[in-house]
Amino acid sequence: MKAMLVILLSAMLADNFVLSKFMGICAFLGVSKKLDSAAGMGAAVTFVMVCATLVTYPIYTLILVPMGLTYLKTVAFILIIALFVQIVEMFLKKMVPPLYNALGVFLPLITTNCAVLGVTILNIDNSYTLGQSIVNSLGAGLGFTLALIIFSGVRQRVNASDCPAMFKGIPATLIAASIVSVSFMGFSGLFS
Amino acid sequence: MSEEKKKGNLFELTKGIIKENPVLVTLLGMCPTLAVTTMASNGIGMGLATTFVLVCSNLAISLLKNVIPKAVRLPCFIVVIASFVTLIEFLMKGYLPELYDSLGLFLSLITVNCIILGRAEAFASKNGPVKSVLDGLGMGIGFTLALFLMGSIREIIGTGAWFGTELHLPVTMTVFIMPAGGFFTLGVIIAVINKLTAKKPPQEIGCACCPNAASCPSYNKEGGKSE
Repeated sequence: MKAMLVILLSAMLADNFVLSKFMGICAFLGVSKKLDSAAGMGAAVTFVMVCATLVTYPIYTLILVPMGLTYLKTVAFILIIALFVQIVEMFLKKMVPPLYNALGVFLPLITTNCAVLGVTILNIDNSYTLGQSIVNSLGAGLGFTLALIIFSGVRQRVNASDCPAMFKGIPATLIAASIVSVSFMGFSGLFS
Repeated sequence: MSEEKKKGNLFELTKGIIKENPVLVTLLGMCPTLAVTTMASNGIGMGLATTFVLVCSNLAISLLKNVIPKAVRLPCFIVVIASFVTLIEFLMKGYLPELYDSLGLFLSLITVNCIILGRAEAFASKNGPVKSVLDGLGMGIGFTLALFLMGSIREIIGTGAWFGTELHLPVTMTVFIMPAGGFFTLGVIIAVINKLTAKKPPQEIGCACCPNAASCPSYNKEGGKSE
């Protein structure tokens, strides 16, 4: 139980996917303009990460490993994720319309979000068990959401500030991200 | 498109290096740009691996463009790209094991680098094989140069060395090889480019080349208006 908690918290804070592993930067910079879209994107990514782990982990251990095809994991995982995102989108649209209305717009973006492929491969590389993998994916997703929500607040202030013309827009946003990243460095070593 | 045709093959090669540099101008492929550039040599390694995948996938997709049905083109492109990524993983593991270890997970993540899918969708699926290879090569060189620049700045300021050679600097700032330094360096480089070219700085991350742009409501809703 304690080990699980350590995995969860370190994936969320110390090894935050966005701010210390640089995964999902496109989504981080693209969708963090407003608080509600940041929260929606974060929830959608967390959901897809956990579900993708539930699908990719058994496929890796039950099909790819016994057949000696482990080198195909990149090809197999990205296909599974692309397929899975499509299925989730259709399923939610038909069965759970309120959830679809909340998350649906973010789903097509997730296929090419490297955080999702990254977490599934990382689970395999770290040779986690299924339970640990799910906890790690959950922590990564929650950390992604946390970073997006914090940064959407920071960004509203940055956009309203008066900075030199050459720094307007993206450069100021990146430097603000750098400062947020420094604050997350405070968590490093906390769980090791 | 007709304008591009007139400019010929040389233009396809050179446009990606400076004018449409994928990282510094169109702001694509940010994840590897920030993650692996703690050393100049890593930047070059990542850049060359991406260039290889970009050239091969552009060639394959431009040859296959009439065979691939429009409706399922994105999954097909992803499979082609992922196959070449697996190939470069094998090559690098065999011949450059040190680089393979230091790039780690990000080598697999070339698959979802939006530069590659973006070029496949925006260029290779509409042009012939020769132009597509040149386009891929140019974009790859532009990407490699940007990564080399980032890696050099971060390695020199962060560790006081360049390609592992000690430079005996009086002051080094370790924060530059940490994640925060990556964001900072890229921000400053883009700001300097804005100043030098005196152009209007990009207000948005380059969603326009993203293959999902057409189906992405948040791009269609917010991308149009500038703040």
